[in-house]
Amino acid sequence: MSTITAKPETNPNGHLSVLTPGMQAPDFTLRCTPDQSVSLNEFRGRPVVLAFYPADWSPVCGDQMALYNEMLDEFQEFQAELVGISVDGAWCHGAFAKQNKLHFPLLADFEPKGAVARAYGVYDEKDGTCERALFVIDPAGTIQWSYVSPVGVNPGANGILSALEDLKTKSETTAAAK
Amino acid sequence: MSARIPLTLPDPERDHISGSADGLIRLLEYGDYECPFCAEVQPIIKEIQRRLGNDLLFGFRNFPLTNIHPHSEHAAEAAEAAGTQKNFWGMHDTLFENQGALDDDDLAEYAAELGLDETRLIREVTASVYAPRIREDFKSGVRGGVNGTPTFFINGERYDGARDLKHLLNVLTPQTK
Repeated sequence: MSTITAKPETNPNGHLSVLTPGMQAPDFTLRCTPDQSVSLNEFRGRPVVLAFYPADWSPVCGDQMALYNEMLDEFQEFQAELVGISVDGAWCHGAFAKQNKLHFPLLADFEPKGAVARAYGVYDEKDGTCERALFVIDPAGTIQWSYVSPVGVNPGANGILSALEDLKTKSETTAAAK
Repeated sequence: MSARIPLTLPDPERDHISGSADGLIRLLEYGDYECPFCAEVQPIIKEIQRRLGNDLLFGFRNFPLTNIHPHSEHAAEAAEAAGTQKNFWGMHDTLFENQGALDDDDLAEYAAELGLDETRLIREVTASVYAPRIREDFKSGVRGGVNGTPTFFINGERYDGARDLKHLLNVLTPQTK
């Protein structure tokens, strides 16, 4: 179950282009548990970190999500919400989150499969999974920063923190100018 | 936190260091006492320290993944508490050598074995006296590019190669020439 409001352009190779800073983040609604859904626009007013990853249970994803799980306090300092997104179903996410004691939502880009990843230009058609991609979205719903990592490499959190800091500086500058 | 902490080099003023502060080879590890890969590499680090002697400056910072390793935070605090009693490295080695037994009772026992004031150590651990310092280690790691453990930095550069003695020595030793 998902609804999406925007589509990315395709690049000359016919591959999807990754959405870049300044673009409106496509809204979506995805299941986070078998009986609950989350919409991106529910987070309006706060920065959002979208962490697309290929699959629950694969080793690098585990490390990456385990790292972010340790950093929720830091994200909270920026009032930022973190969500993980993969094509795994809600039941699979539930088991994965329980095993790793994850304290942030994992969204199921499951039906139609990969539709949200496609909208953000980070669906890997060949493997049928999300790419390992990060987006930081500002409180107004505009993409502030995006990054696609090689699939086997944990991108860490430094880029996310830098983007959140930039966002904070920008909003303070704007506030000061008013 | 500070931009003041060098993110990828051991800082003799701040960090727990072993070897010589003048060592030309500077090796920094971010580790977690409950991480099996960190325990696996521990004897290799000891051997590297033995072979390189005073050419090496080795520093250790904490990077506990506390949700998947429930004992890692208290273990790190115990090492820090032992450091206050001037025996960080004794506790550090003991924790890695006894990774399967890191309950608070175990930590107290190790403190006693090392001749430390175990009552004080456990009091400090349960009061999270060193939690801010461990968090500072963790954050410096995240900002420096640590994504998991163990992560090594050799003279400030992240080392992503194999963690066996031969490979590590190969990368470390050219820097003395």
